Amino acid sequence: MRKYSVFAVAREAMRGHKGWEAQWTSPEPRKEYDVIIIGAGGHGLGTAYYLAKEHGITNIAVLEKGWLGGGNTGRNTTIIRSNYLYDESAGIYEHALKLWDGLSQDLNYNVMYSARGVMMLSHNIHDQQVFKRHIHANRLNGIDNEWLTPEQAKEFCPPLDISRSARYPINGAALQRRGGTARHDAVAWGYARAAAARGVHIIQNCEVTGIRRNPDGSVAGVDTNRGQINAKKVGVVAAGHTSVLMEMAGVRMPLVSYPLQALVSEPVKPIFPCVVMSNTVHAYISQSDKGELVIGAGTDQYSSYSQTGGLQIITHTLDAICELFPIFRRMKMMRSWGGIVDVTPDRSPILAKTPVQGLYVNCGWGTGGFKATPGSANVFAHTIANDAPHKINAPFTLERFRTGRLIDEAAAAAVAH
Amino acid sequence: MLLIYCPYCEEERSELEFRHGGDAHIARPTNMTEMTDEEFEAFFFLRDNVKGLTFERWRHLNGCGRFFNAARDTVSDKFLTTYKAGLPRPDIATLRPAASAPVETYEATESDAK
Repeated sequence: MRKYSVFAVAREAMRGHKGWEAQWTSPEPRKEYDVIIIGAGGHGLGTAYYLAKEHGITNIAVLEKGWLGGGNTGRNTTIIRSNYLYDESAGIYEHALKLWDGLSQDLNYNVMYSARGVMMLSHNIHDQQVFKRHIHANRLNGIDNEWLTPEQAKEFCPPLDISRSARYPINGAALQRRGGTARHDAVAWGYARAAAARGVHIIQNCEVTGIRRNPDGSVAGVDTNRGQINAKKVGVVAAGHTSVLMEMAGVRMPLVSYPLQALVSEPVKPIFPCVVMSNTVHAYISQSDKGELVIGAGTDQYSSYSQTGGLQIITHTLDAICELFPIFRRMKMMRSWGGIVDVTPDRSPILAKTPVQGLYVNCGWGTGGFKATPGSANVFAHTIANDAPHKINAPFTLERFRTGRLIDEAAAAAVAH
Repeated sequence: MLLIYCPYCEEERSELEFRHGGDAHIARPTNMTEMTDEEFEAFFFLRDNVKGLTFERWRHLNGCGRFFNAARDTVSDKFLTTYKAGLPRPDIATLRPAASAPVETYEATESDAK
């Protein structure tokens, strides 16, 4: 892999940009690998990267039924934060946030992580109490989060209307300054390039159709539309399709897949400096570096794999956005889309071993997995390499739905799901 | 937005009037206190999360208020049928042909309108 640098740009400028290499290759699958990762999104590619970088396992295939980064990695609203309530969640999201800071250098790929601040609006006394509880819990875990008065919130985010006559008046806000956004595609591309440089095979348009087992029940490999591929260890990192894949190994999951929608406006000049979320009226919004307003909507009420959702869900979110920021009332929306998210009963992810020896699963990120990408990939690689969880993901087991040790972020994740 | 046929009101209504009620045909155990953790997990937390034909409950909340069941394809979001609560799963083999019938187009239905 040729390193990206200012000198490389200068050199290529001199010779008509003829020397850039493909960022990753598309090799034919081998008969056997040490590890197979199913799903080439950010979490899956990242897992392969950290397996190669930190655990010395490079004989890895990442299988992707579509194209790399074409699932939820390319469909989310790119928000990064770590201000979760419970210690377990704070641990994993903060681990991710620490990795975001420095990821571009680590990968030699600009993932455009921008710590522009994530501000959560408080509209009533209940919001205020909940957010202050979050702030205290976060600070005990060494995570920055602070309370702002309406005036301070306005100063941080000038488009905000803090007048008492607003449709949804604001009585304060919680701000995590290290929160922000990153370029989601670049995260997938950066991990893919860095993993491929270490010898990882990224095999696109390769759909897994079955999981093979040895007579003793352990994993033997996978069947794909490009033939059988053997491996003693298989990691399923397939977001909304996790239930479908795990069913191939006879494991029933505590997951339901829902469509989640997002949309972007026409691009405009910089107007919105940070990420603003409002739990109470369900809206969140930021502005991408291209100038589009990026707006997240909610999930549909029914399970679905359709990658599309009801128009009333988007309308509801736009109602809230327009009431919070009347300035945006006349903006045109450019695109909307849906992705399929896998939601657990306690709204916390599962990063764990499974009852099947050699089969590992990283799923259940629900409506908020992007922010965790580096942290999730990092500890999942540890889990696969050592056949034992890292202490950060040890609580995120599959068994917790049997033992009752839930990580109940359902009401605590600081955003309506 | 889905259009849902309520088998009690015998009318197709907008999804806004309905609440999704999760998987259908899950019998609530009567011996909850004697169940093992595995049995409770299977009843309460584990789901088939089917890609394809699923049986689910809906409630006509802003209508008659009653629960009923539906057979829906989770890939196309098309309803194959809805049926009253308490009835057994319908025979899908008899429903499939209807589902694969050609889509009615404007040309087919309206162009010869008199």
